[in-house]
Amino acid sequence: MPAELSTDGAGQQGTTSDPGIGIRLIGVRKSFGDIVALRGIDFEIQRHSRIGIVGPSGGGKSTLLHIVAGLMEPDVGVVDVEGATAAKERLTRCAMMPQRDLLLPWRTALDNAIIALENQGVGRSTARARTRPYFERFGLARFENVRPAELSGGMRQRVSFMRTLVAEKDVLLLDEPFGALDSITRAHMQEWLLRALGEVPRTVLLVTHDVEEALLLSKIVVVLSARPGRVVRTLAAGFPTIASRREIVTSREFVQLKEQALEAIG
Amino acid sequence: MSRAALPLAKEEDLLGPGTAPATAKRVRSFARAYAGAFVLILLLLIGWELAVRLGNVPEYLLPAPSQIVADLRTDWVVLGPALWATLGEVLIGFVIAAAIGIGLAVVLHLFSPLRRAIYPILIGSQTIPVVVLAPILVILFGYGILPKLVIVALICFFPIVVNGLDGLRSVDEDFIAVMYTLYAGRWAIFRRVEFPGALPSIFSGMRIAATFASIGAVFGEWSGSNAGLGFVMLEATPNLLTARIFAAILLLTVISLTLFGLVSLVERIAVPWAPRRRPS
Repeated sequence: MPAELSTDGAGQQGTTSDPGIGIRLIGVRKSFGDIVALRGIDFEIQRHSRIGIVGPSGGGKSTLLHIVAGLMEPDVGVVDVEGATAAKERLTRCAMMPQRDLLLPWRTALDNAIIALENQGVGRSTARARTRPYFERFGLARFENVRPAELSGGMRQRVSFMRTLVAEKDVLLLDEPFGALDSITRAHMQEWLLRALGEVPRTVLLVTHDVEEALLLSKIVVVLSARPGRVVRTLAAGFPTIASRREIVTSREFVQLKEQALEAIG
Repeated sequence: MSRAALPLAKEEDLLGPGTAPATAKRVRSFARAYAGAFVLILLLLIGWELAVRLGNVPEYLLPAPSQIVADLRTDWVVLGPALWATLGEVLIGFVIAAAIGIGLAVVLHLFSPLRRAIYPILIGSQTIPVVVLAPILVILFGYGILPKLVIVALICFFPIVVNGLDGLRSVDEDFIAVMYTLYAGRWAIFRRVEFPGALPSIFSGMRIAATFASIGAVFGEWSGSNAGLGFVMLEATPNLLTARIFAAILLLTVISLTLFGLVSLVERIAVPWAPRRRPS
């Protein structure tokens, strides 16, 4: 059984043709005043692959995410997101999903999901019509006109993810996407996310403090140190997305990788 | 199938407000919240009535509540037109204050150099008790409605601006970061996030302002006028028509409560998503 769960999952998807660079960071450094948040960050993933960033809290993970998104520039280093190197251009390629769902409480679930379309100048009724089909797929049918306050945490997170997908950007940046959920809901959401990404391939950068989550959801896991954050370990994960979660997390390989990651975090 | 059942299980919660049981519940909770205050006021009124009657206090010194109510009826010829005059000043002055207050809050929010220049002056201006400006405004604008509108607007405008600015600035930065990744520009963020998010704050500013508005109108009238409840009070004082003064005060509180209620009503319609403040 463990043999089937080898790390060749990453290879299988990239066989059609060279998909090109998804996200590449070279020698990225960022400080705020005297505090060095990130130092010498290098990593690279292909287009439509998934990378997980783990590390202790306060290790500059969110800063890294904001840099990749194009919300800020690094002090030193190169950030390339599918060919875009300037912050403004990166911003047009990346959609970010925050830890808290951050839905607008005055908008219904549907109107929250269409906000990227509205921001692009699409009319409200057109935007709604285009977004409605997502609700069925996300298991949210009949909740289109419900305000976030009346949805459960898992449902809100799904609406938040839907809002990110509706933007139709190729790169998704997930910042502790399920950090606010209880562990059972979180496990459901992780499986669900993998299924959803199977349908619409995207380049994914996932920031989390949960090593298990990173290993489950990504093909490459980068372990950051405590501040100043730097890459202390890069692990190839890439467990097959079709296998059941329990099978994966109990496999010898998974346990070994998890131990390596935890050891690297220190 | 079992997966779908999980989210749908919450559906009964969606009936929410508007259904009959919810309305009944709201009435009950309203009654429970205000019953104490109601009883206390009733007791005070009874005590007042008894003290005046048993102590044989002359009406020109302190009229009993029953005498005030009786006066309201007999003096309605004087009080009625005065009520309308003051109500007009309060409502129009308040609307002017709300328009200018919200407008200025938005402008100051969108142009931060302007905010840094004007905000301290705005705060500093509050050390001037606005009511003392009333005589000057009468000199400037005469005995008509204009100086009253100006003074009401000046009093009401400040809490609206300050609360509005606070509301606009209190939007979560993460929210704005996410919006930038969803194709939003500065204007979209203002329109779709900051302004709707500031509405509860703006309304709480307006509710505070609503309680000040009638003070402004009365001071305006005291400084020079020929109509309004303040004018009635001025006229009644030398004639020792104390019950009429009390009746005018009663009508002023009615104006304040009406304005407060109107603002709350508009808030309910405009901000239906806001978490309801429990009556404290």
